[in-house]
Amino acid sequence: MEFLDLDAALPEGTLVLDNTDDVLGRAEEIARHAAVALRFPKWTDGRAYSQAVLLRGRLRHPGRVIATGEVLADMLPLLRRCGFDGVQLRADQSLQAAQRALGYFDSHYQTAPGERRSIHEIGLPR
Amino acid sequence: MYRYTDFDRRFVHARAAQFRDQLQRHLAGELPDDDFRPLRLQNGWYVQRHAPMLRVAVPYGELSARQLRQLARIAREFDHQDAGLATERGGFGHFSTRQNLQFNWIPLARAADVMGLLAEVDMHGIQTSGNCIRNITSDALAGIAPDEVVDPRPYCEILRQWSTLHPEFAFLPRKFKIAVSGAREDRAATAWHDIGLTLHHNATGEVGFAVAVGGGMGRTPVIATPVNGFVPWQQILVFIEAIVRVYNLHGRRDNVYKARIKTLVKAEGQRFVDAVNREFEALLADPDTALIPQAELERVQQRFQPPPPPAPLPAAGAAAATPLPAYTRWADRNVHAHRLPGYRAVTLSLKRAGLPPGDVTADQMEGAAALAERFSLGELRVGHDQNLLLPWVREVELRALWLAAREGGFATPNIGLLTDMIACPGGDLCALANARSIPIAAAITERFDDLDELHDIGDIDLHISGCINSCGHHHSGHIGILGVDKDGSEWYQVTVAGADGSTLSGAAVAGKVIGPSFAADEVPDVVEAVIATYLGERRPGERFIDAARRLGPLPFRHAANAVRRSTALAA
Repeated sequence: MEFLDLDAALPEGTLVLDNTDDVLGRAEEIARHAAVALRFPKWTDGRAYSQAVLLRGRLRHPGRVIATGEVLADMLPLLRRCGFDGVQLRADQSLQAAQRALGYFDSHYQTAPGERRSIHEIGLPR
Repeated sequence: MYRYTDFDRRFVHARAAQFRDQLQRHLAGELPDDDFRPLRLQNGWYVQRHAPMLRVAVPYGELSARQLRQLARIAREFDHQDAGLATERGGFGHFSTRQNLQFNWIPLARAADVMGLLAEVDMHGIQTSGNCIRNITSDALAGIAPDEVVDPRPYCEILRQWSTLHPEFAFLPRKFKIAVSGAREDRAATAWHDIGLTLHHNATGEVGFAVAVGGGMGRTPVIATPVNGFVPWQQILVFIEAIVRVYNLHGRRDNVYKARIKTLVKAEGQRFVDAVNREFEALLADPDTALIPQAELERVQQRFQPPPPPAPLPAAGAAAATPLPAYTRWADRNVHAHRLPGYRAVTLSLKRAGLPPGDVTADQMEGAAALAERFSLGELRVGHDQNLLLPWVREVELRALWLAAREGGFATPNIGLLTDMIACPGGDLCALANARSIPIAAAITERFDDLDELHDIGDIDLHISGCINSCGHHHSGHIGILGVDKDGSEWYQVTVAGADGSTLSGAAVAGKVIGPSFAADEVPDVVEAVIATYLGERRPGERFIDAARRLGPLPFRHAANAVRRSTALAA
C-alpha cells in the first residue's frame, strides 16, 4: 500500500471517478489509464469498494487503484482487500495508526479479487 | 453446535485487539466521536440512554453452556452501576429477536476487556450493528426439527464466515439482515428479511435455496420479493454477492428511511432482478469466482457435534402414572417434537411476571447453563421469540427437567400464548424509542395472569415495539403494539392480524391499525377488548389469527374504541 501525499497531484495519467460512475460502462476509458482514483465523499459511503472490486475482478485493471477523499486509517484493511494499492489519507490521519491497522489480520474468510483461492482453502485452519 | 477452528479463534482475538486499538485512540482523543461511531457499531457498541449498549452475536442462535456462563460473568462483573433505581443497576442481559444478547450498563472504558472475554469463549459483537451484513439468523429448531428438509446450520456457518469482515460490504447504505430456514415451517420469519433463504430440494433431489429479497419492517413494512426459486447451494454466496453488490452501488444513501434494500427493490422492480441476474451471470462466467466446494461443506458439517445416539423411550405405562395438571400443561406448551427418537426440545420461557420479556439476570444465566449441562449436552438455542431452548433433552428426563426448570423460574407454561410476547427494551433503555415497552408488557402480563384463561385464548403472537424501528416486530404480531411519540408523550398504535409467515400465522403480512393511538394506561384494556371480541366471535376451534383475518379490523376497532378513556374525545 502506497501512501500518497495529500498536497501533491495524483500521479500523471490517473483517471478520477466519482462513486456514482459506472465502472463497467467506462471500461475502454479506464483501459487507457495507468491509474484510477476512486472517491470517498464520506468515509462511510462504501460504493467505491464495489467499484474497486469490479475494476480488479471484472476488468482486470492492472494499474494503480487509489482511494481519495475522506480516507481514514481504519479503512485500510478493507481498501487493501478490495484491490486498492494507493491511498491519500485525510489530513488529520495518523500514518502510524494506518500501518498498525493493516497488521491485525493475517488471513480472511473471503477471496480477494484476483485471487484464485477457493473458500475451502480459505476456511481451513492455518 | 459449531466448534471453532484455531483460525476462527485467532480471528475473533485479532478483532478484539483491533477494537482495543480503536478504543484507546478514541479515549486518548485521537479518534473523534463521528469517526469512532461506525467502528464501535460494527463491534456491537451503541451509546444508549444510560450507557453504552453491547450487542453480542449468537450466530443462528446456537449457544453453549460455557458461553452462557461467560456471559453471566460479564453481566456480573462489568454490567453494573452503583446508582439509580433497582432496575437501573444492571447485572442482566436481554435476548433480542435477532438471536443476539444485549448488555446495557458496561462502561465504554471497559469495552475492550469485555471483547477479550467474549473471544475467550468464541464469541464477539462483530457486525451486530452498523450498515453491514448483520448476524445470520435461523430457526431455533435447526438440526432437530421433525419437519426439517435440510439442516440449515452448516450453510448459516458458511454465510457467517463469508459475511464476517467482508471488505466490500462493510459500509452499505443501511443494515442488511439475512435469515435462513431449512424446514417446511418457516420459524425464521424469512419474508421479513433483506434476504430470506429457504433450503429445499429441486426435482432431481439437489439442495438449493429459494431466495427472496427486500423484506423489512420499520416505517414501511414490506414482504420480501421472491427472486430465484432455486439457487444451487454451491452458488449461493455468488448469488448473494450479486445482490449485495447491486445494492451497495445503487441503494439510496440520501435518505436513511429509504436506504434499505426494500426501497430499491420496490422502486426498480424487475430492473433490480435483472441487474442482480446480470451480475450473477458475470460472476459465474469468471474462472476466478469461487463456488463452495463439496469438501468445504463437509468440513463445516463436521465441525458440528454429531447428534447423540437414540435415547430409550419412557417405559410403557410411565406416562400414565397420573401426571400432574401443571406438568401436562408445561409439556403441552413448552415441549416440542424432535427428529431423534427418545428426544424432545424444551423451551425455557423467559416470559414471566416481574421481568421484561427476554431478560436474564447473571444468576439466571448460570441457572440456564446448568440446565443445559445436565439435560441438553451443554447446548442451548436462542429463539427469535426471545426464549431459550434446550435442543437435546431425553424424553425420560422431561419430568426431572420440569422440576429443575420450575426451580429456576424457566417453566412458565406459556409458549405461544399471549404472555409469551415479544418486546424490545423500549424507552427505558433505548435512545431511539418513542415510548416504553417494558411497562406495557408488564401490565399485559399482569392482566392476563390466569393460566386457564391464557390456554383458552390459545395460540397468539403479541409483539411490542417502542418505536417504528420495529425491533419488537409489531408489524408481524397477531396483535401488534407500536410506541409513538406525540407532543413529547407516549402513545401506542395497535394493529391486528399481522403474520410472520409461519403455518399458524399464514403468509407474512403487516397488521392493520385499529384506530388512532391509545394512551399507555388504555393499552391493557384495549388488548382485553380485542381478546374479548375474538372470544365472542370465534368459531369452534378457530384461532385468534384466523378469526382476526376473517373478521377484519372493524369489530376490533369498535371494541377498542369502547374502552377509550383519555383518548375518547380524540377518537
